[in-house]
Amino acid sequence: MTTLRDTESRSGERGAQDSAPLPGRGAGKPAPRGRRLQRLLGEHPLGLLLSTPYTAFVVIVFLIPFGFGVWMAFHDFFFTAPGVQVPHPFVGLDNFRQVLADPAVHQAFKNLLIFLVINVPLTVALALVLAVGLDSVVHWKGFFRVSYYVPYVTASVATLAVWIYMFNGNGVVNRLLGDLAPDPTWLANSGLIMPLIAVYVTWKNLGFYVLLYLAALQAVPKELHEAAEMDGAGAWRRFRSVTLPAVRPVTSLVILLSIIMTGQIFTEPYLLTGGGPNGASMTPALLMYQKGIQQGQPDIAAAIGLILVLAVMILSLVSRRLTERKG
Amino acid sequence: MSTTTDRPAADGTTTPGPTAARPTDRPRRGVLPALRFAVLLLGAVLALVPFYYMIIGALQKERDTSVRGLLPLPDNLTLENFAGVNQSIDLARSLLNSLIMTAGVVGCTLVFGLLVGYALAVLSFRGQGLVFALVLLVQAIPFQLLMIPLYVMVVRYFNLADNYLGMILPFAVNSVAVLIFRQYFLQIPRDIFDAARIDGASEVRILRSVAVPLVRPAILTAMLVTFIGPWNEFLWPFLVTKDATMQPLAVSLANFSQANSTFQDNPMGAVLAGACVLAIPAVVLFLLFQRHFTSANLGSAIKG
Repeated sequence: MTTLRDTESRSGERGAQDSAPLPGRGAGKPAPRGRRLQRLLGEHPLGLLLSTPYTAFVVIVFLIPFGFGVWMAFHDFFFTAPGVQVPHPFVGLDNFRQVLADPAVHQAFKNLLIFLVINVPLTVALALVLAVGLDSVVHWKGFFRVSYYVPYVTASVATLAVWIYMFNGNGVVNRLLGDLAPDPTWLANSGLIMPLIAVYVTWKNLGFYVLLYLAALQAVPKELHEAAEMDGAGAWRRFRSVTLPAVRPVTSLVILLSIIMTGQIFTEPYLLTGGGPNGASMTPALLMYQKGIQQGQPDIAAAIGLILVLAVMILSLVSRRLTERKG
Repeated sequence: MSTTTDRPAADGTTTPGPTAARPTDRPRRGVLPALRFAVLLLGAVLALVPFYYMIIGALQKERDTSVRGLLPLPDNLTLENFAGVNQSIDLARSLLNSLIMTAGVVGCTLVFGLLVGYALAVLSFRGQGLVFALVLLVQAIPFQLLMIPLYVMVVRYFNLADNYLGMILPFAVNSVAVLIFRQYFLQIPRDIFDAARIDGASEVRILRSVAVPLVRPAILTAMLVTFIGPWNEFLWPFLVTKDATMQPLAVSLANFSQANSTFQDNPMGAVLAGACVLAIPAVVLFLLFQRHFTSANLGSAIKG
């Protein structure tokens, strides 16, 4: 009898310990004795029932593919006719060697770098300027906020159609530029296509980042600005000494999100150029599609995916270090 | 500190005191708001011009890329492009496919989000920590890593190519919705649930009659926020649908714009007409409900 009680109280303790890091739990009421089900499953077994479908989905849609992808990158994997059993031998780092030796892969990663160098500063600067303006403007505030956000909620497929219309050879942009129009034109110019995509993505997502900055700015106490003004700080000085430090966490977040999103660029080059001219707008995600699905080398594509994710992770960590050290 | 005390002293010989900056600042007061307004307006114009041009381009009888073509010239306006795009892609069918996929994703997101969010915030059960860890893990795994293996599984193993289930599957578990609902339930005073328990309500009854009505505003917010994603999604449905009758509008429109449809009188106009059809539902929904994107606080939840 004592032993039974012992184990019971101990399991109760463990349950309470488990719940400690989770803020959502109620006061650790000990389960009523004699109800084995509750002792086994916790105070509210319904919770298990409610979470099971979700958990099953996560396993099927995330965990298994995740493991499958990593496995694929280290094996010789190819498509077969349905029902045919073929061995997929372990090949170690062969896929990675092949990927790293491929100039198309180098080009794709270089393109992402060009994209980042243009997109991140442009996004941070424009979003900050617009958010600072929005924070203090009196009239038309709602209109501005909505207009900046509209590109963000519109399908890339739809907005890219307009950008193609505006930027192709005899499009309105070149007509406006007249003799200044670039030759070869935007979409066919290997030096301009990646910057154009970077500007497009900045335009598309800017509203989201403006709202992030705006939320941070509205949290800055008015007294800080007033105190700085009393001390004789001009507008620029107030911006540098009050506003910028207050939004630094958001800047850090904006840069992080931009880096993560950069790894996913697919639709823009696919629709604008198909990765051309001559791979000048090829991105790793588009390359994964071409190699993995069009050319039937999913193992190579999986290896590219792993490298891409690693690169994005490293860049994110570096950016966090840099943006946090600024202070 | 020493630098700030130094400067007035050095300047003090010509202009006395720290008020020296004031006179130069005064006249700028009137200029600054005007400049600010101009910058904001320029931003809004740049954000909206492509949309204006999308509509103009969709209505043009003949393609007019000249600067004059930016204006809606009455003799060059037509609705024929919408009929044109409808000839190449079955707009109604594509819209229906988009709607089914979006409804499936939103439905799964809401049901899972509500149930799991409630379980994590209000209930206590074995494995709770593990479930919460899984929710966070879903956030952390990038889609590029899953794209190829998911494609192989869904298309080759599950045989779900050209199938609504295959389109919906990867978006069904949305951890953002789980976190939104969990946060929402956490803010609700626990006394409400305890009172229902004391009254003898079963846990299922509490979920149905207490929790769900309380979070109704969160349901609307989660619905609006998750609608945009699958409606606009291109990559995944593009990978798993080859059958034109199963493609959502974003995919069929992209394929249409890639294929140079020379038989169209105004192919670019037809593409832009399709772009309007794709863009309008999301934009209108956003414009109608944009207040709900911000009023997701609990105050309205308890009152409502």
